[in-house]
Amino acid sequence: MAAAEKQPVTITGAGPLNGVMSGLLTWVDQRFPLMESWRSHMSEYYAPKNFNFWYYFGSLALFVLVLQIVTGIFLTMNYKPDAAQAFASVEYIMREVPWGWWIRYMHSTGASFFFICVYLHMFRGLLYGSYRKPRELVWIFGMLVFLCLMAEAFFGYLLPWGQMSYWGAQVIVNLFGAIPLIGPDLAIWIRGDYVVSDATLNRFFAFHVIAVPLVLLALVGAHVLALHEVGSNNPDGVEIKNAKDPKTGIPLDSVPFHPYYTVKDTFGVAVFLIIFSIVVFFAPEMGGYFLEANNFIAADPLKTPLHIAPVWYFTPYYSILRATTDDFVLWVLAPGVIAFAALIVWSVKNTAIRGAVGAIAAVLLLGFFALDAKVWGVVLMGVSVMIFFLLPWLDRSPVKSIRYKGRITKVAIAAFVVAFFVLGYLGTQAVTSGRTVLAQVGTAIYFLFFFLMPWWSKMDKTTREPHRVTGK
Amino acid sequence: MKDDAGLNRGRRTLIIASACAGSAAAVATAVPFAASMLPSDRAKALGAPVEADISQLAPGEKMTVEWRGQPVWIVHRTPEMLEGVKKDEDKVADPKSERKKDELTPEYARNEYRSIKPEYLVVVGICTHLGCSPQDRLKAGPEPFASDWAGGFYCPCHGSLFDLAGRVYKNKPAPDNLRVPPHTFLAEGKILIGEDKKGA
Repeated sequence: MAAAEKQPVTITGAGPLNGVMSGLLTWVDQRFPLMESWRSHMSEYYAPKNFNFWYYFGSLALFVLVLQIVTGIFLTMNYKPDAAQAFASVEYIMREVPWGWWIRYMHSTGASFFFICVYLHMFRGLLYGSYRKPRELVWIFGMLVFLCLMAEAFFGYLLPWGQMSYWGAQVIVNLFGAIPLIGPDLAIWIRGDYVVSDATLNRFFAFHVIAVPLVLLALVGAHVLALHEVGSNNPDGVEIKNAKDPKTGIPLDSVPFHPYYTVKDTFGVAVFLIIFSIVVFFAPEMGGYFLEANNFIAADPLKTPLHIAPVWYFTPYYSILRATTDDFVLWVLAPGVIAFAALIVWSVKNTAIRGAVGAIAAVLLLGFFALDAKVWGVVLMGVSVMIFFLLPWLDRSPVKSIRYKGRITKVAIAAFVVAFFVLGYLGTQAVTSGRTVLAQVGTAIYFLFFFLMPWWSKMDKTTREPHRVTGK
Repeated sequence: MKDDAGLNRGRRTLIIASACAGSAAAVATAVPFAASMLPSDRAKALGAPVEADISQLAPGEKMTVEWRGQPVWIVHRTPEMLEGVKKDEDKVADPKSERKKDELTPEYARNEYRSIKPEYLVVVGICTHLGCSPQDRLKAGPEPFASDWAGGFYCPCHGSLFDLAGRVYKNKPAPDNLRVPPHTFLAEGKILIGEDKKGA
């Protein structure tokens, strides 16, 4: 609709300023798609009426994003991205800046809560098949948001310039150094020096406060736009668009996002803030899980702390990295690749695919012997995150929601969750030979969940989906 | 000039050509930005060699000096420690320092003890796995990670073990031995780290 043809905006009801407001809105609306955007994304965005508890975490993640940006802006007013001053400037914020401790603890606690919200949000997608057609791009944008978030957390963690900051960055940057041929030069390029130094700190600051947040915001926008294009999934995993009111064209099982879900999400934010505040005020370090003790010691390039571990949200992947030893590559990874290739060749009839799978398996097997276990640890760690991108195509169940899936799915998801938690716990602990074996078992379960999904999701006995969503 | 299908071929060719030229310019512009992230001239200049005074280093002790921002360890090995190094031969992954030798082991250290003088070990104290600095476990005796430990270093990050010649144990995450930096003995009691003996 061309702007000039738009209807004037009228505010109904009695109010002394309604006439003025209507005039103002009309003036704006003829120059900017204000009411149109409001309607298509809020008051006339029709969401399934049966959202449950799990549907809080998307809006909560958005809320935490805003919180991180606001607290972050105020932190930069006193923080100094300089290796000689960074650690002291954080202590200055904590002790001398009025309310500095509060802003800083909100930011550090917010980082952990961001991951809690995002992990629960992703788990919701796993439960109800929210990544399935036609929501593949919603999922992919969401995964890109997740990757950005990981980058954001990693860059941000160097800034306090404590011992954990320093050695954590050292280890993660060296992961890139494991890439054959270009690795060592790539690591130098990332650091801007031969060791993690002032140059590294300065650029990580730039990435943390400008580069990554801009990309993150754009991706969040794309995530929401893609969602609003296809419409939200729901706990039953049935499309509400299949049953529309013949007169209005509005899905029968839907409610407008505003006011129904804006009110629900506001309630969610209130509960969230209570829990969040308890942590900020009473346990900002969360027993060393949110802020690690060693990070209260200034960075010392000559001495690695006795025990180093990433923050909890990275530990499952870190465990996978540590679990990849020479023995694991030889006795688990190599036979696993052979078995998996055989499984694909057995279940696919297409000769080209069979040939390609055989060739890839052969290259991998050669690689297992030619390259260090270190390289494969880094590869497995990368794959353990990237594999989520493929979920829309790995899940081949005829139904979306776990409500109509069978026992195999429930067992598989439970095993995956247990493996994820066990790996996460082990990643916070020092290595012993027993824990390494446990981490290797966890790693195997983690990957079996994904790699065998095309088979187990199809084998599973599902029940019939209802035509309409359940619930009142 | 339109062809039968109503397509202006000349114009399309020009569009393709300018898109290619534009992309080439964009890539060329990205180069200075990417290059600005390489180590600066100042960072490169900080690689000067450092001198260490080892006259006070008693047998069985270790000292750390900083070279290029990295810890360099100097261990004064006792005869028992050297015995331990000999015994470790079959436990370490690369006893003869043959892997990546140009990068990790200068010619004068390609021997049993990986050193110029057997009693002085000089290595960069950065694990070849992911760059943590391993900890001292210099004394022989049972350790949680090895019951018959002959002395060496333990990396807290991922559990790699190194013996008292900086050689990595088998089946550990670290792929290579600790790096022996270029170094040379000056007058009695002094080591220069970061430079080989001229002509040696």
